[in-house]
Amino acid sequence: MDLHYSDEDLAFRDQVRAFLDSHLPKDLQAKVLKHLRLSKDDFVRWHKILAKQGWVAPGWPVEFGGTGWSPVQRHIFEEECARAGTPRVMPFGIDMVAPVIMAFGNQQQKDHFLPRILSCEDWWCQGYSEPGAGSDLASLKTSAVRGVDADGEHYIVNGQKTWTTLAQHADMIFCLVRTDPSVRKQEGISFLLIDMHAPGVTVRPIIMLDEDHEVNEVFFDNVRVPAANLVGQENRGWTYAKYLLGHERTGIAAVGRSKRELAFLKRLARREQNNGRPLLEDPLFAAKVADLEIELMALETTVLRVLAQAREGAKAAPGPEASVLKVRGTDIQQALTELMLEAAGPLALAFDAAYLEGEQEHGIGGDDDAAPLASYYFNYRKTSIYGGSNEIQRNIISQMILGL
Amino acid sequence: MNVDFNPEQVQFADALKRWIARDYSFEQRRAMLRSEAGSASQAWATLAELGMTALPVPEAQGGFDGGAVDLFVVMRELGRGLVLEPYFATVLGAQFLKLGGGHAALLERVAAGDLKLACALGERQARHALHDIALRAEQAGEGWRLSGEKVAVVYGQDAGVLIVSARSAGGQRDEAGISLFALPHDAPGVQVTGYRSLDGQRAATLRLDGVALPASALIGAAGAGWDILDAAADYGAGLLCAEALGAMEALFEATLDYLKTRQQFGVPIGKFQALQHRMADMFIHLEQARSMAMLAAVKLDGADAAERRRVVSAAKYRVGQAARFIGQGAVQLHGGMGVTDELAAAHYFKRLSMIELTLGDRDHHLARFMAQPGFQQAA
Repeated sequence: MDLHYSDEDLAFRDQVRAFLDSHLPKDLQAKVLKHLRLSKDDFVRWHKILAKQGWVAPGWPVEFGGTGWSPVQRHIFEEECARAGTPRVMPFGIDMVAPVIMAFGNQQQKDHFLPRILSCEDWWCQGYSEPGAGSDLASLKTSAVRGVDADGEHYIVNGQKTWTTLAQHADMIFCLVRTDPSVRKQEGISFLLIDMHAPGVTVRPIIMLDEDHEVNEVFFDNVRVPAANLVGQENRGWTYAKYLLGHERTGIAAVGRSKRELAFLKRLARREQNNGRPLLEDPLFAAKVADLEIELMALETTVLRVLAQAREGAKAAPGPEASVLKVRGTDIQQALTELMLEAAGPLALAFDAAYLEGEQEHGIGGDDDAAPLASYYFNYRKTSIYGGSNEIQRNIISQMILGL
Repeated sequence: MNVDFNPEQVQFADALKRWIARDYSFEQRRAMLRSEAGSASQAWATLAELGMTALPVPEAQGGFDGGAVDLFVVMRELGRGLVLEPYFATVLGAQFLKLGGGHAALLERVAAGDLKLACALGERQARHALHDIALRAEQAGEGWRLSGEKVAVVYGQDAGVLIVSARSAGGQRDEAGISLFALPHDAPGVQVTGYRSLDGQRAATLRLDGVALPASALIGAAGAGWDILDAAADYGAGLLCAEALGAMEALFEATLDYLKTRQQFGVPIGKFQALQHRMADMFIHLEQARSMAMLAAVKLDGADAAERRRVVSAAKYRVGQAARFIGQGAVQLHGGMGVTDELAAAHYFKRLSMIELTLGDRDHHLARFMAQPGFQQAA
C-alpha cells in the first residue's frame, strides 16, 4: 500500500505548475482568487490558452485531441489548476456532450462538432432539467415531432428546459426530448442537438439568491431542428443520458479548489481579530476549521484510493462511489463558504455588485477579501442540489453500492 | 500509488481470518470474556505460531521486522474478530523497546511468544495528556526507585513486563524530565489491581511503592523519554485506528445484512428511505475513516515527526467520529435487538467506544492537530 505520488507523477506536476506559472494570465487569476464574477470572455480566454497547449480535453481519446494522461495525471492537472486559480473549463461541451457524440454520434457529427468544442467556437449548455422533472429526469415533457418539409427531415420541438447554466452565452444546447409519448417514460426519449440561435428559442434569466445570473429557463416554440442533429437512434436517448451521467469523475469532489479555499479561510482568520487575538487562535473557531481540514484530508485520500483503483482496473469511470465523493465534496465546499462568511463577520454585509463584476477596483464595505463572501456562501447552497441532489446520491449509495 | 496489500500481508490476514472463524466465534468469545482469565489460554500460543508476536520485532531479535502497514493488516483483522488477547498492548510495548534501543532479550521473548507486555502511561489527573506524570523515579545508587500510580493500564495484569513512564526531573507537566522503564510484573512493591472493561477487555490500576529497578531497566536516556513516548503513542493510536476500522467494517456488514433480512410492514426494513439514508451516511463515514486509517499507517512508517503527529491526530479524530456515528447508528438500526448483550453489534459498539478513550479521544486529538505548526502556518 502506497498513497504517495510516483516520481513520474511528481515530475508531471512540476510540468503543469511551470505551464500555469507562465500561461495563466495574472488578471484572470486575480479575479478567481478574489471570488469575483467571471465573464464569458474570461472563460473563453482560458479555454483557448489550454486548447493551444493541447490540454483542454484531458479525458478525450488522443485521436480526437485528448492528452492520453492517466487518471492520476488528470487528477493532478485538475488539482493544480484549481490551486493556481484558473477559471473552470466549462464541462458542457468537453465533458458532457462530447463523450456522447464520440460514443453514439455519426461521423458527420463528430467531424463537425468535436473540433468546434475543442476550439470553443461553440458554447454549449445542457437541456436536461424541466420544471416538472427535477431529480425525476425521465418525466420530461419537451416534445419533438418528426416531419418532412422542402428542406428535408426535421423535428419540431416544443417545451421548456430550466436551470440551464450559462445558456445566455450558449450557441448550442444538447437536449433530452420526448419523441414517443406512448411508451414507458424512459423509452420515448431522444438526444437532440439544438442551435440556440434558431427561431423560436427564448432564454429567460433566473436570478439566483446571490443576485447573480448563472442559470436560465429556455423555451422552445415550434423550433425546427434538422434530423441530422439527432444523436444515435430515436427513442434511445435515455441510454445516452445514463452513459453521460456515468462519466462523472473524481473531479466532482473538487479537492483542489477546496484546498485553495481552506488556505484562503486560514489567511482570513489569521488576519481578522477576535477579542484582540487572531480569529484562528480562537478555540471555538479553530476547532471548526480543524474539523473541516481533517475532513478534506480524508476526502483527498478517498479520491486517491478511487484513482489508484481506476488505474488498475480498465479506464472505467468510478461509478457509484462518485456519489460518496459528491456528497462529501459538496458538504466540504459549503462548510468552507460558511466559515469564510463567519470569519469575515460584519465586513461581509455589503452587497457590492460593482466590485463583484470588476467595475470597481475595491469593495465598498472596506475589505476586498470579505466583500464577495456572502454571495459566495449563498451561491454555494446550489452544490448539494445540482447534479443529482445529495439525497438522490444517498439513494444511489444505498441501492447501487449497498443493495438495499 | 496503490491501495493493495502485498502477498505476505494478504497471507497474514487470511491466517487470522481462518483462526478467528475456527476459534473465535461470537459464542466462543462470550465464554472467554466471562472466564477468569478473560481470554483463551491457547490463543496466545496460536498467535505466536501464526507469527503475529514476531511480526513487530526486529530480525536481530528473531522477529519479522514488520512495518506499520503490516501491523495495520493484523489489527484490522483482530478488530473484525473482536479478539480479546493482549496483542495491542504487547505490540505497543515492543515499540517502546525498539525506539529505546537495547532490551534485546525482552524483544526476543516477545517474538517467541513467551512474554506479554503492557504500557502504564496514564494517570488519574492526566486524562489524555501523556506528559502529565506524577509517578516519581528517583536515582538510588546505580539504579532507580519508582513510586506512584498508573490507571487504565490495558491488559496490565497479563503482562510479564510493564512499560512505565515516570517523572525523574522537572515539573509535573513538562515534556523534559520523563524517563521510561521496563518493569517486571513480579518486582517487589508492584501492586496490580485488574478489572474487566465493558467491552470485555482487561485493564488494571498499577501502584508502585518504592519499587527498585536496576539501571538496565531504563528505556532510552534518563529524562529524555518524551520523544519515544510521543512516537510510540502515535504508533499505538494509529494501530487503534486500524482495529477500529476492522470493527466498523464488521459492524457495518452485520447491520446491512440485518436491514436486508429483518421484515417490518411486510418488507425488509432496508426498503425504507429513512434507514437507507442513515446507512448511506454510515457508508460515507466508513470510507472516510478507512482513508484516514490507511493514511496514518502509511505515515507511521517514515514520515517526519511533525507530519506523523498531524496525520495521526487527524486519523484518531476522524476515526473516532466515524466510530460514534456507525456504532450508534448500528445499534439504532438493529432496534431493540441492538441494545441486548446477545447481539454482536452491541459488542462492536462497546469496543469502538472504548478505543476512543484509549490514547486520546476526539477532543484531545483535534486540539493536538490545531497545535501543530502546520495548522496555523499553512498558506
